[in-house]
Amino acid sequence: MDSLLEEEDEEVPAVVGKRRKRRRRRSPSAQAALQPPLCLPFLPQLPVSSNEHKLNFTKSKEVCLRYIQDALLQKQWKRAAEFLTCYVEALEKDYSREHIGPSEMIWRIGTEILWHHSQSSMKEFSCFMEQMKTLGVKRYLKVCLEHVFHLLCNGQIDEAYQNLSLAESWRFGEQTAIQDKEMKLIQAYRGLLDYHNWSKQKNILLENGEDGFSDLAVEQEMHGYFRKAAVNLKEIIKIPGVWDVFVKCYVDLLEFYGDHNEAHQVLNEYAYNSKFPANPNAHVYLYQFLKRQGESKKSLISALKILHDIVPSHELMIDFNTMLQKSKKRKKRRLGLEVIFTALDYAGWKENAKAWSCLARQMKQIVISEKHLDWIKQEWNSRKDWWPAFHFSRYLAKRNWQENKNLSYEKALVAGILLGKDCKYFKYVSHQGCKAQLKRFRMLKKFVNRHNLVYLRISGPPDSSVQP
Amino acid sequence: MDEEDTRDFNERCAQCSEVNWGLTDGGGFYCRSCHNVIERTREVVNTDFITNSRVQTISKGSKKQEKNEGGCEWYVCEGFQLVLKKQVEALEALGVHPQMKDEILCNFWRCYLQKSKQAYCKRPAAEAVKALSVCESSTDVDSDPERPSLLDLLSLSESEGDLQTDCSFASSVSKVSESTSVCSGSVDGSLYLMKNQKEKLRMTMPMTLSFCYMALLWMREPITLSEFLRFVVEGHIPYLNVFQHFPEKMKLCGLDLKIFCVESWPVYEEVFNKMHELAAFLDLPRFPDITESCFLHPDMLCMKYLMEANLPDELHNWTCRVVKKIGIGEVDFLTLTPGNKSTGKVKYDVLAAAVIVVVLKLLFLLDDHYEWLLSEFAEERNKNNTEGGPYFEFKRWYEVVKHSLDVKQKKLDEERAKYLWRCEKPLFYSINKKSKVLKRRQMVVNLQNQFGKLSGSVQRAKKPNPSSFQLSWSEENTDGSCFHGHSLKGVLQEKRGFLTPMNPDYWLCTVKLCSERLCGHLAHYREVEFPQTYHFVLGLFSFLLRIQPSCIHEEVCMIEHKLFNKKLYKKLKYNTVLRK
Repeated sequence: MDSLLEEEDEEVPAVVGKRRKRRRRRSPSAQAALQPPLCLPFLPQLPVSSNEHKLNFTKSKEVCLRYIQDALLQKQWKRAAEFLTCYVEALEKDYSREHIGPSEMIWRIGTEILWHHSQSSMKEFSCFMEQMKTLGVKRYLKVCLEHVFHLLCNGQIDEAYQNLSLAESWRFGEQTAIQDKEMKLIQAYRGLLDYHNWSKQKNILLENGEDGFSDLAVEQEMHGYFRKAAVNLKEIIKIPGVWDVFVKCYVDLLEFYGDHNEAHQVLNEYAYNSKFPANPNAHVYLYQFLKRQGESKKSLISALKILHDIVPSHELMIDFNTMLQKSKKRKKRRLGLEVIFTALDYAGWKENAKAWSCLARQMKQIVISEKHLDWIKQEWNSRKDWWPAFHFSRYLAKRNWQENKNLSYEKALVAGILLGKDCKYFKYVSHQGCKAQLKRFRMLKKFVNRHNLVYLRISGPPDSSVQP
Repeated sequence: MDEEDTRDFNERCAQCSEVNWGLTDGGGFYCRSCHNVIERTREVVNTDFITNSRVQTISKGSKKQEKNEGGCEWYVCEGFQLVLKKQVEALEALGVHPQMKDEILCNFWRCYLQKSKQAYCKRPAAEAVKALSVCESSTDVDSDPERPSLLDLLSLSESEGDLQTDCSFASSVSKVSESTSVCSGSVDGSLYLMKNQKEKLRMTMPMTLSFCYMALLWMREPITLSEFLRFVVEGHIPYLNVFQHFPEKMKLCGLDLKIFCVESWPVYEEVFNKMHELAAFLDLPRFPDITESCFLHPDMLCMKYLMEANLPDELHNWTCRVVKKIGIGEVDFLTLTPGNKSTGKVKYDVLAAAVIVVVLKLLFLLDDHYEWLLSEFAEERNKNNTEGGPYFEFKRWYEVVKHSLDVKQKKLDEERAKYLWRCEKPLFYSINKKSKVLKRRQMVVNLQNQFGKLSGSVQRAKKPNPSSFQLSWSEENTDGSCFHGHSLKGVLQEKRGFLTPMNPDYWLCTVKLCSERLCGHLAHYREVEFPQTYHFVLGLFSFLLRIQPSCIHEEVCMIEHKLFNKKLYKKLKYNTVLRK
C-alpha cells in the first residue's frame, strides 16, 4: 500500500524552484548593505488585451469548478456529476501546494455527489474512496475516516471496523503532528466500535443472565473488547478537544467495571481542565454521573453552576432551580430566581409549563412571605420593557389558553404579580378561567387582587426601604 | 517486393548472425529470424537514392533507434511539419483548394526552413548544434539559394502527393551527439528553447496557425481568421494535443512538452501579428489582390455579418457607401504587402463588423435614446399600415437577437467549462515520471467513467459540423423573428432625390486616437462610458468573431476617424484658434 502513495508535492516544475531560490538569495544581501536600496513592491500583472477570450487549461477548470459549486448548491447532482467528469482532468496538473488543490476538491465534491446521487451505490462510493486514498499521503487518514463515517451511516459496521484497522496499520515516512492526531482519531473510532461490540455482548449476557445461566466465552470476549476499547478511548481523551462520544463510552465502561474513581477523574478532567475548549456537555456528563453516584447537593449545584454560566438556557436549569429553591441558604434561593428568570429569556422556553411553574412557585412564596421582594424587583427591572410583549401579549394569552391551560395558569400568576391585575394576559386568562368555572383560576384572581400592591412596589422606582 | 529491396544487403544480423532481412512497414530493415530491427547503412540509401522513390521511406530506417525506449531520432522542425500537415489536411477536408497543401503551405514551410537555416542551406543551424558534421557527401548544396538541391530530393517524395513528414532533411543532413538529447525526446528540443532566436522567428504552436492563415490568405480562401480560429477551438482543425498523431517512434518528453503541448487557445492578435511577422521574415512578395469579388472584401463580409446579425438587407447599401467613402475597399488597402510598413494590416473580419457598427450609429445613433424613439415610430406605423414590407423596429430586433445571443452565450460558456483538454496519449516530462503520470491518467479515466455514468447525459454529443454561421435566421419562419426583409423607410428621408438618414447627429467614440506605437491600441474601451445599445452591438459581434469587444471598438474608432477626418480636423483647428 505504501508504494502506491507518493508525495504529490514533488512535481513542482523545476523553473519555479529556481526562481524562488534566486529571490531568496537576493534579499539577505539587501539587508546586509548599510543603506538598503529601495525595493519596489510587485505590480499586478498587466492585463492582456484579449484576456477574456484567452482560455487556458487552468482557467477553464476554474470556471468548471464554479459550475459544479452552483449545481451542488442547487442540489442538481446529475449536473454536478456532469461537470465533475470534466473537472477531474485537473488532477493531471495538480502541482499546487495550496491547501485545497484539485485533488482535495475532487475528493470532497465527489463524496458529496456520490452520497446524494440517487443512482449511486455504497459499492461505488467505496470504490471512489479507495481511489482518493491513493491520491495524497497527507490526506490519507482523513479520507479513511470519512469513508468510515459513511460506512457507519450505511450500517456497515464490520466494513468500517476493517477500514479503521487498515488505516491504523498504515505508515508513511515520518509522521507529522497532524498525522499523529489523525491517527489517534482513527484509533479512537476503532475503540468506539470495540465499545459497540462490548455493549452488544453485555446485552447478550444480561439477557442470558435472566435465563439463569451465563456463558463464559461470551463474557471473556466481552472483557477483550473492553480492554481494546478502553486503551484507545483513554488515549484520545487525554488530548484537549471535544470528545463527548468517547468520554461517554469510556465512562460507561469504567462504571460497569466499578472503577468510579477513574470515571470521576476523567469527567472532572474533561469538565475542568482549562486546556479543553469550553464544552457544556462536559458539565452535563459530570452532573449526571454525580447524580448517579448519589453525591451531595453541593457538588451537584457546583456542577450545574458552571453549566448555567455557559448555557443559561440548558434544560437542566429546571433541576438547578428546583435544587436551589429548596436550599436553606438565602443566596442560593436568590440564584435560583435568577436562573429561572434567565432561562425564560430564551424563546425556546416560552411555552415550557414546567419552567413557568417553577417561577410562579418561587414568586408566590416570596410574595406571601413578603420577604425579598427586591429580588423580583431586580430581575424585573431589566425585563419590564420587553417581557410584556415577549410573554404576556393578548395574543399569547389566547393561544396559551387554547393550547395549554396549565401553562396559562402559571403564566397568568406571574403576569399578575409582575404587572398587576389590569395586565392583558392576566385579565384574559382569569376571565376565561372564571367563565369556565375553574376553581384554581378563581383562587388565582383572589390571590392577585389581594397582592396587587406588590406590583407597584416591584415596578416602582428604586426604593431604599426594600433594600436588604 | 521485400526480396528486391533486401537482396543487396548481405550483412549478418548482429544478434543471431542470420542473413534473412525483411522490411518493416516503415521501411526499416529487420531480421526475420530474431526480429531485430537495425539501422540502415548509408551505401544502400545512396545507391537507391535517385532511382527509387522508395528511398524516402527507407531513409526513415536510418533514424537511430534509441536503446531503451525504442524511439527514433527526430527534430523539432519535423514535429512542426507534422502538425502543419495535419492542419492543412483538415483544412482540405473542410473544402480548401488542394493546391494549398502541396504548393502554397509546403513552399512557405520550405522557405521558412531555409530562412531560419534549418535546412536547404550550407550550414543548417550551425552555430547552435556544435557536435554536428555538416552537409556531408550526400548533400551537395547548390549555391543558388532559390533552388537548393535538397528541394529536388524532397520533390521526389511528393510524387506520393504528400507533404512528406517522415522524411527528415535535417536529420539526414546532420548528426547530433547523443549528449544534446538528454532532456528532450527530440534531438534539438533543448537547443531549440535555449537559442536566442530573435532574428530568426522561432517556430511555435500558434505559429502553425499563422502559417495556415497565411496560406489561406494567399489562396484567398473564403474563411476569415476569426472563423479559422473558431474551427480550431471547435476541434475541426488539429491543434490541441496534435502530438497524439505523431508516429509511435517520435517520443515526446522533457522540453518537447514545452514546445508541442498547448494549454491555451490561440489568441486572435497573436496569430494575426505572427502571420505578418512571418510574411516579412520570409520576404514574401505582395499577396494576390483582394478585389471586390473576394470573400474577404468588406462588402462581402458585411453582407455575411448583416445576415448573421439578423439586420435588414437594405443596410448593405449603407455599408458599401461607407466602405467606398473611406477607401477601405481599395485593392491596395486590402492586399497584404509583407514588410511594407506604410500599409496597414487589415483584420478583414473585424473591419467588416466595425463598418456595420458605424452604419448602425449613422442611422440609429445608438445613444440609448434615439434608436428607441425611431423604434416607437416604426411600431406605430407597422400597426396602422400593413401594406408593403414592415418597417424595421429596433426594439424588436434587440429583443429577438438578445434572447438568441443569451442562449448561445450560455451554451458556449458551459461548453468551455466542460472542455476536455487531455487526450488518450499521456505525456511525461521524464521517464521516472512516467509511471506516476500513467497512474494519474488511469485514475482520471476511472473517475470520468464513474461520474459520467451519474451525469445522466448520454455520451458526449459529437462535435457539430463546421458552419460559418453561428446564428441563423430564416425568412421562412413565420414568427417574424427574421428582419432581413424589413425596410429602413422609417429611418430615412428623401432629400433632393436622395435618401438620407433622418438622424442628423453623430457621436464619436473618441475624439483623439491613441498612438498604436505608444500604448499598443488606437482606442480604449470602457463599457460604463458608452451607451448600452452600443455595448450590446459590440457584444453581438464580439460573440460572432470570438474576440474582445474592445478590439471591434478600436476598429470602429479608426473608421470613424477616416470618415470624419475633414470635419474633425476643421473642428480641432477651430477650437485651438478659439482658445488662443
